Amino acid sequence: MAAVADTTTVRRVRRRPSFGRAVAWAVMAAVVLITLLPFYWILRTALSSNTALAAHPGDLLPVDPTTGGFERALGLQSAEEAIAQGGSGGGLKFWRYLLNSVIVSTLITVCQIFFSAMAAYAFARLRWRGREKVFGLFLAGLMVPAIFTLLPNFVLIKQLGLVDNLLGVALPTMFMTPFAVFFLRQFFMNVPREVEEAALLDGAGKIRIFFRVMLPMAATPILTLGLLTYITAWNDYFWPLMVSYSDSSRVLTVALAIFRAQTPQTGYDWSGLMAATLIAALPMLVLFGCFARRIVSSISFTGVK
Amino acid sequence: MTIASSSPPSRLPLGGAEGAGTKSRTRRARSRENEGDGRLAAVFIAPAMLGFLAFLLWPTLRGIYLSFTRFNLLTPAEWVGLDNYVRMVHDPIFWESLGVTVEYVVINIGVQTVSALAIAVLLQRLTQSAVLRGIVLTPYLMSNVVAGIVWLWMLDTQLGIGNEIIAGIGADRIPFLADETWAIPTIALINVWRHVGYTALLLFAGLMAIPNDMYEAAKVDGASEWRMFWRITMPLLRPVLAVVLIMTVIGSFQVFDTVAVTTAGGPANATNVLQYYIYGAAFGRFQFGYASAMSVALLVVLSAITVLQYRLTRAGQSDLG
Repeated sequence: MAAVADTTTVRRVRRRPSFGRAVAWAVMAAVVLITLLPFYWILRTALSSNTALAAHPGDLLPVDPTTGGFERALGLQSAEEAIAQGGSGGGLKFWRYLLNSVIVSTLITVCQIFFSAMAAYAFARLRWRGREKVFGLFLAGLMVPAIFTLLPNFVLIKQLGLVDNLLGVALPTMFMTPFAVFFLRQFFMNVPREVEEAALLDGAGKIRIFFRVMLPMAATPILTLGLLTYITAWNDYFWPLMVSYSDSSRVLTVALAIFRAQTPQTGYDWSGLMAATLIAALPMLVLFGCFARRIVSSISFTGVK
Repeated sequence: MTIASSSPPSRLPLGGAEGAGTKSRTRRARSRENEGDGRLAAVFIAPAMLGFLAFLLWPTLRGIYLSFTRFNLLTPAEWVGLDNYVRMVHDPIFWESLGVTVEYVVINIGVQTVSALAIAVLLQRLTQSAVLRGIVLTPYLMSNVVAGIVWLWMLDTQLGIGNEIIAGIGADRIPFLADETWAIPTIALINVWRHVGYTALLLFAGLMAIPNDMYEAAKVDGASEWRMFWRITMPLLRPVLAVVLIMTVIGSFQVFDTVAVTTAGGPANATNVLQYYIYGAAFGRFQFGYASAMSVALLVVLSAITVLQYRLTRAGQSDLG
């Protein structure tokens, strides 16, 4: 009896996993395919011509390869030329929007993280009355959904005269997010007391300690948080849509949605639209290319609180 | 440099309040040993406090106030009591959009949680390849706008690759985003595509906290992967799963971007999710008071979910001991 049971388990251990693993790998491969296919399809469509797309919708390679889509997206073609190729005649002032996106995302990321780090240091390492209460208030802010503050924030930005201004796009998230403060506080709390004490003995003040000891020590979590903040700021659509009306403050996400809405009479300019999509997504893909490992592990890090 | 130049002028309106806080704080601190810290702390949290008060606390209070007014941005807000709420309760489109939002959330969260869990477990049990984790995350780098446009193209009735495949196997083409029944599930799945990798990585982090010895011990006892999943992975992951679940529910209640670029609320209000309806009321019809009232309703729903989150996580923790 026991011997029989033993052999079956042995067989199971040897056989089942290999079959199961094959299925598991197949599922994983399917996941990877579904994840990456749209990226390939963007590229394939962007390099095709609209007329050929209509005739060969299912071809796996670019059909009638052309860079016309990119030229239309960047506004390099004349209106007549663009319309003849299935475009709307409206282009993206790509460099302008790219610059706007870079300014807004950089401003938000740098300021938010610097100010949040200062606050986090005060919450973690300075002693003052009411510290826990104020921190509790900040934490409660985590629960206020973004949608709720958007309308009143719009009214405020309008009263400040910052509508259609890059500063108005950046301002609401420039000073802090409860998450950033919480995240960095966690790090500062775990810095050993001895580090601070050693610096105090050397005659450094607390301000000096913050800038010369704490901030450099926090380089890794700051970079981590910075990347996530940059991605979020770059991809934001709702708030910039509310506050920007013209090219002077329009960011890439909003510009792309407008480009999509400019449908020519013949139907969508798919190749131009996919070229624009690729151009808009490219900076984040490059950023990811440079920091993939850090971003991936940082999400695991933020997940376990 | 921008930091230094931008903060002093904007700090002015709150200068009084901050100063008063510092004074009372230091007065109390004087009786304690660390007198310097109070003043320094006030300086250190001042910018963050300014942002918190101006763009989080104040708008929250103001939003509640505006919900009791008629306000079109051009003339001063006029107090109308509960009018906006009465109107909301009698507004069939509001209820319809709430229903559509719930439908979206249920599909989005159901599919996303199950897929993310499956991916996370595969990443843990099959391979811990960082490359695979990176690949899974790539859609998260796209904005919702980009994701929406790409899938709009891939699911196009006539030219989309999705419908080409469907037609290729001999089935009828599906107008994914133009059909009342299909539109919400389609938008929900587009957002699953974009967010599932992120969720999977959060769960993966939770899985990595489970000691590998447990799996090895179970394997020695002859447990199958399936059994180990239900007996080890699920019970130990439950608290993390609960937190991730509620976080994503709150996030997905606020769906807007994808709807805005794919269907714009149509066809026939079939994808008019609450946030899109609120946006339309505010910026399409300039009914800021009514839009605020609906935002309050959404806030109430989300707060209820947050309370549930605390219950669940506490239950999860006590469960583990």
